[in-house]
Amino acid sequence: MRLNYILTEVLTGLWRNVTMTIAMIITMAVSLTMLGASLLLYQEVNDMEELYYGKVEVSIYLLPEVTDEEREALDSALKADPLIRQYSHKTKEEAYAHFRQIFRGAPDLVDATKPESLPESFQVKLKDPTKFKAISEKYNGQPGIDDIVDQQKTLEKLFNILGSMQNLALIVAIVQGIAALLLVANTIQVAAYSKRREVAVMKLVGASNWFIQMPFVLEAIFAGVIGSVLAFGILMIAKTFLLDGTFESLTTVFPPILWTDVVLLLPLLAGVAAGVSAVTGWITLRFYVRV
Amino acid sequence: MIQLEHVTKTYPKASRPSLDDVSVGIEKGDFVFFIGPSGSGKSTMIKLLLHEVTPTSGKVYVNNRDVTSMRSWKIPSFRRSIGCVFQDFRLLPNRTAYENVAFALEVIGKSKGVARRVVPEVLELVGLGGKEHRYPHELSGGEQQRVAVARAFVNRPLILLADEPTGNLDPDTSIEIMRLLDRINRTGTTVVMVTHDSNIVNQMRRRVIEIESGRIVRDQPRGVYG
Repeated sequence: MRLNYILTEVLTGLWRNVTMTIAMIITMAVSLTMLGASLLLYQEVNDMEELYYGKVEVSIYLLPEVTDEEREALDSALKADPLIRQYSHKTKEEAYAHFRQIFRGAPDLVDATKPESLPESFQVKLKDPTKFKAISEKYNGQPGIDDIVDQQKTLEKLFNILGSMQNLALIVAIVQGIAALLLVANTIQVAAYSKRREVAVMKLVGASNWFIQMPFVLEAIFAGVIGSVLAFGILMIAKTFLLDGTFESLTTVFPPILWTDVVLLLPLLAGVAAGVSAVTGWITLRFYVRV
Repeated sequence: MIQLEHVTKTYPKASRPSLDDVSVGIEKGDFVFFIGPSGSGKSTMIKLLLHEVTPTSGKVYVNNRDVTSMRSWKIPSFRRSIGCVFQDFRLLPNRTAYENVAFALEVIGKSKGVARRVVPEVLELVGLGGKEHRYPHELSGGEQQRVAVARAFVNRPLILLADEPTGNLDPDTSIEIMRLLDRINRTGTTVVMVTHDSNIVNQMRRRVIEIESGRIVRDQPRGVYG
């Protein structure tokens, strides 16, 4: 009986104020989609850092007019350096072959580039990728060296871009989340007002507080859960059609987002939505409506 | 049954107290009228007994429980032992007489089965047999107040509080409601009624407590309105 009563109350409550209910669910869905996207991006950046930081190298480019003695001196210095895990020498020819491989999609560019225009270099792997500065200071200005480039710097730019995308998604999630919570508070105030007679009678005859408040709180939780299911649907569609469809070729650069990570979002988003809505609803009842 | 000890109630921003050092005792099974002009503090009395307001100082005991120090989560179960009737009936307009009474049972966790057994009985008792499925707007004022009395009494409370229950009714209907309250009183229920209907007080000849400016000025066993 009680369950039946409460369910009926919740559904009629949501239906009575259906435009507000829809607005509440949509804002929640947008907020939760952004929250989910930002969580996936966070996971993605972590995966990428793991994948790439193992591979980063410092490139020491040599001057075109470098002499054999200078090259050999550098070679033995690198061999003796305790900061260096391993290194290899890349000739102009190897650099050109690599270049052709990377830009095979752009034959005009390849044709316009002569083999001798690419510099020869040493590709150095550090024991600790963060120690780039020490290496740079040590070798910079030594004879025969043109430039020292840390690939990590380039990667960091990429990570920064992903990181700011994640922050942006998080900000949208928070702003939309606040809007959603205000709508929840408003919906509950309206619901409590339209049921003020019932509430007055319930208080008079001694219905317990949780029994009076439960239908209102459940309305908020219900909207939150529906919103999270919608958000999950949007994320699944985005994964299927954008990541696995349009941008599939990017998986060579970006590690693919796993379905298991996406599916994990459903309970997570539903939990967050239900919890936050319930607390908002309860606070509204306690401080604004005095049910 | 009900005991007020030196109760003073001053509302915030009020210049003088609504109740000023009031002490009074009401025994089980009593029928008591609180009379006095508007603003004398009669309704504050009802609110104190229901724990809708707490006294500024003094103690209120209802059913031998100290209401003043009661924890807020205990108030609902406390109110189940008190029935309440008001001048404006306070019925739910979108529910029938039966549903209004059953609602009071359902929201305190009684099953539909209990309601089906008890509600027709109590509606019969208040003289509404056959009108169970009428909505409040299909009933006369007196009949609506009977529904309210049925709702207040269905849970067999120890105390029935009535705040000007005849205030919206004509004299004949008022007498009928009083007969009903009298019958309920005879079942052993303590009845506390706030009124300024002199006819009724004079006819019933029950205990009369007169309040003026927050003080008890008269307490008479078989009194008249004055």
